[in-house]
Amino acid sequence: MSKKADFVKFDKVDKSYDGKVLVVKDLNLDIEEGEFVTMLGPSGSGKTTCLMMLAGFETPTNGEIFLDNNPISNIPPHKRGIGMVFQNYALFPHMTVFENLAFPLKVRKMSQEDIEKKVDKALSMVSLGGFANRMPGQLSGGQQQRVAVARALVFDPSVVLMDEPLGALDKNLRESMQYEIKHIHESIGVTVVYVTHDQGEALTMSNRIAVFNDGKVQQLSSPDKLYEEPVNSFVAEFIGENNTFGGEVSEISNGTCKVKLEKGEIIANPISVKSVGEKTTVSIRPERALINPKDKMDNNQKGKIEEVIYHGDHTRVRLNLLGNSEFILKVPNSSQNLDIKLGNEINIGWNSHDARALDPK
Amino acid sequence: MSSETGKILTTDGIPLEESLKQAEKKNKIKAFLLVAPLLLFLIITYMIPIGDMFSRSIDDKMVTNMLPKTYKAMENWDGKELPPEEVFEAFYLDYKILVKNKTAGKLQTQLNYEKNGFKSVLKKLARKQKKFEEGNYKEQIMKVHKRWRNVEYWRAIKRRAPSYTYSKYLKGIDMYSNEDGKIVQVSEDRRIHRILWIRTVEVAFFVTLFCFLMAYPIAHLLATLPMKYSNLLMICVLLPFWTSLLVRTASWMILLQQQGIVNDFFVWTGLVADDNRPEMMYNKTGTYVAMTQILLPFMVLPLYSVMKTISPSLMRAGKSLGATPAVAFFKVYFPLTIPGIGAGCLLVFILAIGYYITPALVGGASGTLISNQIAYHMKSTLDWSFASAMGLMLLTGVLAIYWIYNKLVGVDNIKLG
Repeated sequence: MSKKADFVKFDKVDKSYDGKVLVVKDLNLDIEEGEFVTMLGPSGSGKTTCLMMLAGFETPTNGEIFLDNNPISNIPPHKRGIGMVFQNYALFPHMTVFENLAFPLKVRKMSQEDIEKKVDKALSMVSLGGFANRMPGQLSGGQQQRVAVARALVFDPSVVLMDEPLGALDKNLRESMQYEIKHIHESIGVTVVYVTHDQGEALTMSNRIAVFNDGKVQQLSSPDKLYEEPVNSFVAEFIGENNTFGGEVSEISNGTCKVKLEKGEIIANPISVKSVGEKTTVSIRPERALINPKDKMDNNQKGKIEEVIYHGDHTRVRLNLLGNSEFILKVPNSSQNLDIKLGNEINIGWNSHDARALDPK
Repeated sequence: MSSETGKILTTDGIPLEESLKQAEKKNKIKAFLLVAPLLLFLIITYMIPIGDMFSRSIDDKMVTNMLPKTYKAMENWDGKELPPEEVFEAFYLDYKILVKNKTAGKLQTQLNYEKNGFKSVLKKLARKQKKFEEGNYKEQIMKVHKRWRNVEYWRAIKRRAPSYTYSKYLKGIDMYSNEDGKIVQVSEDRRIHRILWIRTVEVAFFVTLFCFLMAYPIAHLLATLPMKYSNLLMICVLLPFWTSLLVRTASWMILLQQQGIVNDFFVWTGLVADDNRPEMMYNKTGTYVAMTQILLPFMVLPLYSVMKTISPSLMRAGKSLGATPAVAFFKVYFPLTIPGIGAGCLLVFILAIGYYITPALVGGASGTLISNQIAYHMKSTLDWSFASAMGLMLLTGVLAIYWIYNKLVGVDNIKLG
């Protein structure tokens, strides 16, 4: 059976709460069956609204959402068969873990025997085998989270929505839960739509990421593409760290361009600039700029070290380079002795391919 | 090692427990001083009056104190036949003092409660005893009135010997102990208290039910509406709270009386004929309507405070898991509001069961409750001991309800705010 490429489809969806401001603007999004898609964006970017429309708790102001080719705008939430994990877990506090998991099965009128089998299976999937008779209040945050995930999956929904499910957990637990959810997704192959504002989470877990800003999808691509090849300066800024130079295109020719800055000039990769004279922001990832490069690179500049911060596995170096005093370098801590000392002048080099000339900020 | 000695010592060598006690002592005293004024207030305004009520309700020292010699002499009398001469003599001496002090009237009244017709017998004795000669009082007293030969009257005196009695409590449930000391019901036409008790419980129950039915949607609306509207609604709920109880009750009288606005409206719409206006006031209907309105906030507020803590995502979770809105409500939302329902119902029921002013004003004859009866005995008959007895019975009933509630639901589940 081939997987449907548009299992979940947002078709020209608009959403406004007050009739004045569009929270979601002209959203078109196709999600493949079995895919793990993350909606990533700052708060207020419309990502949670999209999820709520898909779950049925909000209706699109315009446009239509299709689930497996059926329009679902007029189907109430309880008939959509979509599992959902809520931000605060939303476990029923007056029911035991078993009853919580049995709830979706009971309303589907399954036999007691089937219910027990399915609940057992779901609980062992999230490694909470012995916890069936506990109350949610007796569980730790991470365990409640697992119960919520198990409950959203126990009735075999075709799509599972997760609304910042790891937001309340501490850092270590969050990371291990990320892997756990990812593994569960891989093993059962359910379609997951995940909402978060944590880019690390999005990069770790997703097949594809939709970066939201201002009610629009800025870029929809796989994590590596998103990081390596952002299509505009918002995405470049939002995902990972990023050194920027604002300037003007002075020359453009087959695959490279020259950008004139206030002080000096750099060679860049023209992504969204077309002609000479356009304003642009050049974005370079910190790890793409090297100190004293051995290989020849087409950008070579001298910078003065203004700050050195030790981070364990790497050292962050802040430089003043071409008038930008916020230029960050990440240097792996190895025995290799580089001349990183406060106040030193060092050579910095990068390839023009990695300096992406995007839209101006 | 500390584990070897069994006691953990501080670095100074003082046992840890002792050291902790010393450190905590100051805090304990401080905490006690902080609550002391309230404790004192409670003792003075609550514990002492209840204690006084109780002692008043069982107190029967009056007769005992008036006839000290008689009761001493009666100690050896078995009550089967007429008492011996000593009793007659002692009674004569006691009664003589009472007549001299002009307090014989009280004794006459009290003994008449015990045995009808005693009053006239005693009055006659008061007149004749002045001419009594010394010795052989039995003969002399029996000569005054033939009823003194009837052992029943002497038994009636003996029944009042104990300085404590539970007769007021029996009276509260339409019973009394008869001449033979047996507890029996009063005659059928005089059984009024039991009707009142049943009516009080019935009114309290239905008022609680009506309050619950009306308050639940209001509280839900309050908890879910946006702040802007919920504040306004909250004011609407609380507004009656800020109006005088008397004014509110009076306005119900204006609305509900036979020539009142509601009846006018019914006639105007043609629901009822002008000459057949229903009576909605001075009966149970009036009591129900007015009490439900007055007690409604006591149900709304605990419900609201509980509902506000229920996350809206729980209902959403229920729906997303496949439950219809109705199922999600009854399986998820409703069970979570039970602490509020319990608190509200308990509060309203207890307030309703002792409610006085509203039934007094709008209840009429068929809408008066036990509290009105208590007030009647406090103010009109001045039978304070009976009023106290009924007050205590009411209190016991409330405590019993509280106890049952605690057994069924658990009081720690209550949420008042």
